[in-house]
Amino acid sequence: MDLYDKDVVSIRDLTKAQIEEILDFSETMIPYALGEKRSRALDGKILGNLFFEPSTRTKLSFESAALRLGCDVIDVSEMSMTSIAKGETLADTIKMVDAYCDLIVLRHPYEGAARLAAKFSENPVINAGDGAGSHPTQTLLDLFTMREAKGSLEGLNVALVGDLKYGRTVHSLADALTMFGAKLTLVAPDSLQMPEDTVSHLKEKGCNPVKTDRLEDIISDADVLYVTRIQRERFPDPAEYNKVAGTYRIDNAILREARSDMIVMHPLPRVGEIAPEVDSTTHARYFKQAFNGVPVRMALLCSILGGELE
Amino acid sequence: MSETPIKEVKLPPIRNGTVIDHITCGQALNVMKILKVNYSNIDSSISIGMHVVSTKGDRWKDIIKIEDRELDAKTVDKIALIAPDATISIIRDYYVAEKYQVCLEDHVVGLARCSNPNCITNRGEPVAPEFTVVGRHPPQLRCCYCDRLLTNIPDNLL
Repeated sequence: MDLYDKDVVSIRDLTKAQIEEILDFSETMIPYALGEKRSRALDGKILGNLFFEPSTRTKLSFESAALRLGCDVIDVSEMSMTSIAKGETLADTIKMVDAYCDLIVLRHPYEGAARLAAKFSENPVINAGDGAGSHPTQTLLDLFTMREAKGSLEGLNVALVGDLKYGRTVHSLADALTMFGAKLTLVAPDSLQMPEDTVSHLKEKGCNPVKTDRLEDIISDADVLYVTRIQRERFPDPAEYNKVAGTYRIDNAILREARSDMIVMHPLPRVGEIAPEVDSTTHARYFKQAFNGVPVRMALLCSILGGELE
Repeated sequence: MSETPIKEVKLPPIRNGTVIDHITCGQALNVMKILKVNYSNIDSSISIGMHVVSTKGDRWKDIIKIEDRELDAKTVDKIALIAPDATISIIRDYYVAEKYQVCLEDHVVGLARCSNPNCITNRGEPVAPEFTVVGRHPPQLRCCYCDRLLTNIPDNLL
């Protein structure tokens, strides 16, 4: 795979062939991610895990992925604990951390932070989410989860539901699904619909997404329901948040309209978008999706750092 | 009483200075902002023609004649961002000494700030804002950092 020493800042940095290779390699990683097999493929390497915004799954799964491959991890998980709190620029922080590790994983509240980090770092940078911007590794694990459940990504009918304006996972995901010829339905209230320039980009790539605010009208045609949280922290005005909070709630009643093999995904954390009763149905894939973060990130770390499985 | 037709002179010729012609109609005042001229810092005359009949391309254009000033390359590059078809004529002693069209490069660095307030380039980092030109008529710029389209170019020029 030609990802050795490469930055992964946006899903647009990867070709369809590279994505497919990462997904294939991720499958190989599953027994290692489960601890059934052991590997020291990244022995002697150090991962710098910089999380300047709260995260549970992404941070822990990167750590788990690194440790399962014998890679050491140094980390920062609060901006208040770093020199950034003293006014240090991100550029200076990155140059310093770059000297301490072999690869930087960055989560940051401002859009474009990972691109900036890649510019100042000699070592490769992986974007673990930059504000409302990109989250390419989430996209890779989402694709992996869909392919695992459906056998193929080609031509899937995917409904993206909830906060399509601020939700960073859906922008990257829509981009990637377009490469695979997916049919996209964008289900959101007008105020949270996908930004027009993202939609224009999808159209340029040959996808013509359908916009609606009525989930009940489209659920019966969906192969995948990708539900997102309406993110309180991205709303400049709390009153605007209150207007749209709780717009969509997936429960067993609405799922009666869905195909039996339709899957429900969610990048988590959920805050009431999916009723707990759905967890025990065959539709629920969100916890499997969260686990898949480990093999997918193992595949990515191993490819970028040039590790070889024994 | 016989009527003598009045000769129409829209903008008087200048002796020395610059004529910025074929400005996209409606952008003359934004070009004035780029030129950073105001009552306190200029001693020569400026003529502005707005919504003037154009002989090429679009039907209407704007035009500016500014005396005793020649433009530096950065100013011309900024004009290209809002008036990609503009021509610059340098006038010396009433003659056109030099004439060229502005050029909108594929990559624009340090001429405008990103309109996304959450873009990292607006947070005091030691980088110049960078854009890829994704449209030319009208100009459309995409931020190389946050990947957003720059909205309202005139208000975000540096």
